[in-house]
Amino acid sequence: MEEPGNLEFATKNVTGKPGGGSRFLGASTELEYGVRGWWTAEFYLDGQATAGETTLFTGYRIENRFRLLPREHWINPVLYVEFENINGADRALLEVVGHDGKADIAEDTGDARFEKKRELEAKLILSSHFKGWTIAENFIVEKNVRHAPFEFGYAAGVSRPLALAARPDRCSLCPENFQVGVEMYGGLGTHESFGLTETSHYVAPTVAWTLASGTTFKVSPGFGVTGTSAGFLLRFGVSYEVAQIGRAARGLFRGGVR
Amino acid sequence: MRGCVGVFLAVSLGWGGSPIRRAPTTTASVNNPFDANEVAQRAGAKLYARECAACHGAKLEGLGKAPSLNRAEVNQAAPGTLFWVLRNGSIWHGMPSFAHLPEQQRWQIVSFLRAAR
Repeated sequence: MEEPGNLEFATKNVTGKPGGGSRFLGASTELEYGVRGWWTAEFYLDGQATAGETTLFTGYRIENRFRLLPREHWINPVLYVEFENINGADRALLEVVGHDGKADIAEDTGDARFEKKRELEAKLILSSHFKGWTIAENFIVEKNVRHAPFEFGYAAGVSRPLALAARPDRCSLCPENFQVGVEMYGGLGTHESFGLTETSHYVAPTVAWTLASGTTFKVSPGFGVTGTSAGFLLRFGVSYEVAQIGRAARGLFRGGVR
Repeated sequence: MRGCVGVFLAVSLGWGGSPIRRAPTTTASVNNPFDANEVAQRAGAKLYARECAACHGAKLEGLGKAPSLNRAEVNQAAPGTLFWVLRNGSIWHGMPSFAHLPEQQRWQIVSFLRAAR
């Protein structure tokens, strides 16, 4: 959850070369704002470039996350609700659901761009913190508002900083600034064909590095573990949080009036 | 009757009052493993600047709705109580949980707050 009043700018990118398809770069630009301690809102703009095909803006997503319990527990549930208005050429791959697979991302983007995808997505995110480890599991349900069945997916991951205690000096290369982990994500079919048959699954080590300035870099090479999966997806991104954006903006305007 | 239900909900969901007052009394007996550790206090100052100062002010003075941390209630609170507040936050009043920080880092922030009294 984002801290109330803070605004985070982030880019989430993924690149890969699915079997039979061209190399692509999917990119999401994300604005995440802490509305309340229990409510975070996000807005995404998606685009993609595919070698020898197209470079396109592919749509937007609006998302809200709600913390369901006021205090910390062994397992802390967060409800995530998203509306996405994207087209079939979208390659952001922010989640894998249903029977999503390499055939979808190998499809010609010039044709796929005409497919409208207006979808509602809900996730139940369960997270735990134990001796420096963060453990998170997501269960995903997605539904195209016009047609198509309910699609299901999951993601699970663990991560930990390289050092649990902070060093006293301001530093970028301190071990506590590095967070390493591993995640697994994939589809679980649809309500008509729930299960693992013809679904994609990925195992992905993750590394995040936060500079002293607060900028965070993330990289995660994902390896497909089923025949339906793309063989390799490289995710990478950068994020930067502006603390108390409203106060900072008011300060700017007051300074301008003088 | 509606008021009673409201008070009951507020108490049970942790809406009312200062989070320090809401902390279970047992938290007061939990000791800080970095107690009086000067290195931990400096590390805590760094973490405070990164995690807390935007709301509570660089000098603990409080900004906007976020209260000052340089007041009697905070200064007199047991380290374990402050640690509990950092872990749970006070999300209905705008303070998030800092449970995502490792315990050691939360204790370092508590060390800094104690030293800054």
